[in-house]
Amino acid sequence: MSGRAPRVGVVTFPGSLDDRDAQRAVTLMGGDAVALWHADHDLQGVDAVVLPGGFSYGDYLRAGAIAARAPIMGEVVTFAGRGGPVLGICNGFQILCEAGLLPGALIRNASLRFICRDIWLRVETTQSVVTRGLAPGETLEIPMKHGEGQWVATSEQLARVEGEGLVAFRYASRGGLVDDSTNPNGATNNIAGVRSEAGNVVGLMPHPEHAVDPDVGPTGGQALLASLLEAALEGAHA
Amino acid sequence: MIADETPLHRSLGLQDDEYARIVATLGREPNRAELAMYSVMWSEHCSYKSSKIHLKTLPTEGPAVLVGPGQDAGAVDVGDGIAVVFKMESHSHPSAIEPYQGAATGVGGIVRDIISMGARPVALLDPLMFGPLTEERNRWLFEGVVAGIGGYGNCIGVPTVGGEIRFAEPHSTNPCVNVMCVGVAKTDELVTATSLTPHVGSLMVLYGAATGRDGIGGVSVLASATLDEGGEASRPSVQIGDPFAEKLLIEASLELISAGLLEGLQDLGGAGVTCAVSESAARAGMGARVDLDAVPLREPGMEAFEILTSESQERMLAIVHPSRLAEVQAVCERWGLRTAVIAELTEGGDLHISLGGDVVAQLPARSLADDGPEYDRPQRAPGHAQTEDPTFIPFEGDLGEAVLALLAAPNVADKRWAFEQYDRIVQGNTVEGPGSDAAIVRVDGTLKGLALSADGKGRYGRLDPYLGAMHAVAEAARNVAVSGARPLAVTNCLNFGDPERPEVMWQFTESIRGMRDACEVLGTPVTGGNVSFYNESGDSAIDPTPVIGMLGVLDDHRLRVPSAFPRGGLAIYLLGETFAELGGSEFAETILAVGGGRPPALDLERERTLLALLVEAAGSTLLTSAHDCGDGGLAVALAECAIGGGHGLAVTMSGDLPAHIALFSESASRVVASVDPADEGSLVALAAAHGVTCERLGETGGPRVVIEGLFDLQVSELRGAWSGAIPLLLGEAV
Repeated sequence: MSGRAPRVGVVTFPGSLDDRDAQRAVTLMGGDAVALWHADHDLQGVDAVVLPGGFSYGDYLRAGAIAARAPIMGEVVTFAGRGGPVLGICNGFQILCEAGLLPGALIRNASLRFICRDIWLRVETTQSVVTRGLAPGETLEIPMKHGEGQWVATSEQLARVEGEGLVAFRYASRGGLVDDSTNPNGATNNIAGVRSEAGNVVGLMPHPEHAVDPDVGPTGGQALLASLLEAALEGAHA
Repeated sequence: MIADETPLHRSLGLQDDEYARIVATLGREPNRAELAMYSVMWSEHCSYKSSKIHLKTLPTEGPAVLVGPGQDAGAVDVGDGIAVVFKMESHSHPSAIEPYQGAATGVGGIVRDIISMGARPVALLDPLMFGPLTEERNRWLFEGVVAGIGGYGNCIGVPTVGGEIRFAEPHSTNPCVNVMCVGVAKTDELVTATSLTPHVGSLMVLYGAATGRDGIGGVSVLASATLDEGGEASRPSVQIGDPFAEKLLIEASLELISAGLLEGLQDLGGAGVTCAVSESAARAGMGARVDLDAVPLREPGMEAFEILTSESQERMLAIVHPSRLAEVQAVCERWGLRTAVIAELTEGGDLHISLGGDVVAQLPARSLADDGPEYDRPQRAPGHAQTEDPTFIPFEGDLGEAVLALLAAPNVADKRWAFEQYDRIVQGNTVEGPGSDAAIVRVDGTLKGLALSADGKGRYGRLDPYLGAMHAVAEAARNVAVSGARPLAVTNCLNFGDPERPEVMWQFTESIRGMRDACEVLGTPVTGGNVSFYNESGDSAIDPTPVIGMLGVLDDHRLRVPSAFPRGGLAIYLLGETFAELGGSEFAETILAVGGGRPPALDLERERTLLALLVEAAGSTLLTSAHDCGDGGLAVALAECAIGGGHGLAVTMSGDLPAHIALFSESASRVVASVDPADEGSLVALAAAHGVTCERLGETGGPRVVIEGLFDLQVSELRGAWSGAIPLLLGEAV
């Protein structure tokens, strides 16, 4: 990396909960965390954007539906269109789907219950801003915590997502096995995260920002955030 | 329904003599609004009228205590300029009627207590008690309460890190939902009765949600009387929660405090506007002119008494100097919260309350907040029938099967089904979440760890309320100390039946006495708490269950000691002594089906030395694990240590107690510890120095749990029994 720390913006919507956690994780990984506010039209020149977890606007409508129409999302869409790295975590993933930046939708878990547990993710592609340094098939331990994380899609969308390699992560066993027993929420094809065609926009339900500090949990998120910071820095040079 | 012939004050829950007292205070008959205000403020829930004189006997002072009982929450100094604020409350009656919203709003209420002290809420713990899950209605209550706690807690960004869940028949009609919240503030930013000074002419700003007709009379009708048949009729008295609004309240309130914009802050919970306005004014030694027309309402046409006593959730009241009003409004607006100036502090002590240009109430603030009735209710020890002591019943059954049955007993079994529905990791400081002896939460930006536990065992309280309360304190302290933390201070939630029955009052005072004695010897002052009476219906009262919330501190969270065996090849020790004590034990209940006898004895001095040993051993990184011997005794403790770490053990029991007593006695002040063989000498020496009995039991390792000559079971088999029990009872595949 060059001398400058990449500047990563973390958007706070009303009801965002993991915004400070995402800022802390960016800082721990050597980035410069910048707090962004939902009502602003300004990304403050950041090199990457993180949409954090939480229950934006209470998610009393479809999860993420209102946040996707917040003033700052116009800027995020433009930024993503220019190839800027954007990571949506949990509620952030839901917002990206609602904003049309990622395919599919997130509905209630098959159990109809909120689930908080550490799970394993299998990396499906290196063509994304958070998986560049990883190997396909590699597994990462990361916590998940959500009530509406069952990824679904129309059959056309699903064919495209699978056909074009847009699946970023699947729920798996530690050894990389993907089946019903490793599917915590009923997600179609165990899909835990997807990417945009260009790979600069990624969303996933589990929380990499809660998997960087070994004192409080697993560390499977370190590689993803390191990759994001690297991409942010390159984008800044481009 | 209010019968025509019943005087209004009685239907509002006021006694005739209380009514006479109101007339004497005012020098006239109260009007409807005034009567409503007295009825909520003088309710058992708000005034502690039956418990106050007994609560005064508890030890409340200590070098670390910053704020003792009487404010929204207690506060202790944990060093380096950091204050920890903590408090527990019950929301049992609302949860019995509408489990999801009852539990959800219980979480919301306790969180606002913490905010109003100027602290950021950092942890929630929920001790819960239900009837047996074999009954459908109990499953409905259990599932609803757990979903409500998750639904609210997960949405406000405060991790739920603990709280035990227990099951007993009396809770079928009276489930108990206790909620504990812990917050952190800079010591010099704490909002206390003396830290801020309101001025005459300062404004009362109501911010947050609008006021509706929900929760009217919640504290008087619902919380301060028994629930009888047809309790569903009080469903409109249950409030509805909006966690999104609560999250905004947290952020806005903390911003207002850190910007130094406030002269006072109060949450609106039980008794709504009445409580917040009268307590704020009384605390300032002033009165207030209150304009109810300014209160934002959810629906038109609300009457004065409704606006005054509504328990609509997610509202706060700030005292603001007029010069700072614009800044306060700007902060709230940024968080999307509505503000309304509803009152102005005045000289004198009276509240003048108007609506639509008419004065609807005029009364001394103090008479509501401070001068409520106080009772020394009659007590009577129940004549105990001679019950069979299970300690003397011979047991010929299979010990291995007994261990498996105990691990599958709902009180012991894995509560993961519930805990997984709670966000335990938000805020990024959860070192140890639900399911361990104590939860450990790091203080943000430091190495300090807060060790938190909440314990109470109704079974012991039923057999001996004095001893039961002592056990609750000792077990909570032990749970904190096994993690290596120093037990510091206590909050509590005292769950009892109808205080107007002398037997219940006796149970209550005996419990207070037990709590007092234990807290004195263990050096853990009581900083506050909550009394939940009237947990009975028909002829079924709950067992006396004081739940103790213990706060402990680890100077460095990395020195915490895990509960489970971390690897094979370690030496296993039992710290403390086992006696023939099966009374009130899980073994007696689950295996023998005998509920009588006496609970285990408790030698507080012995407990104190054990706690000191544990803290010192952790500080010098001597222990590789430590786990409290609780329900199910030594055998269950050993099995849990094996299950948690996935490492078996081989142990030989010595001594001359019958095998089933040695394995399942619930003698107090005992801990299963593991230690690296190289450190055995140090542990034995340290235990001797503290005067704690210390016996080598065997070693960890292998896939099996072997108690020489008594039983031999696979760790996987033990885990299956333990983890499968609750889902099985709920009719779910494991």
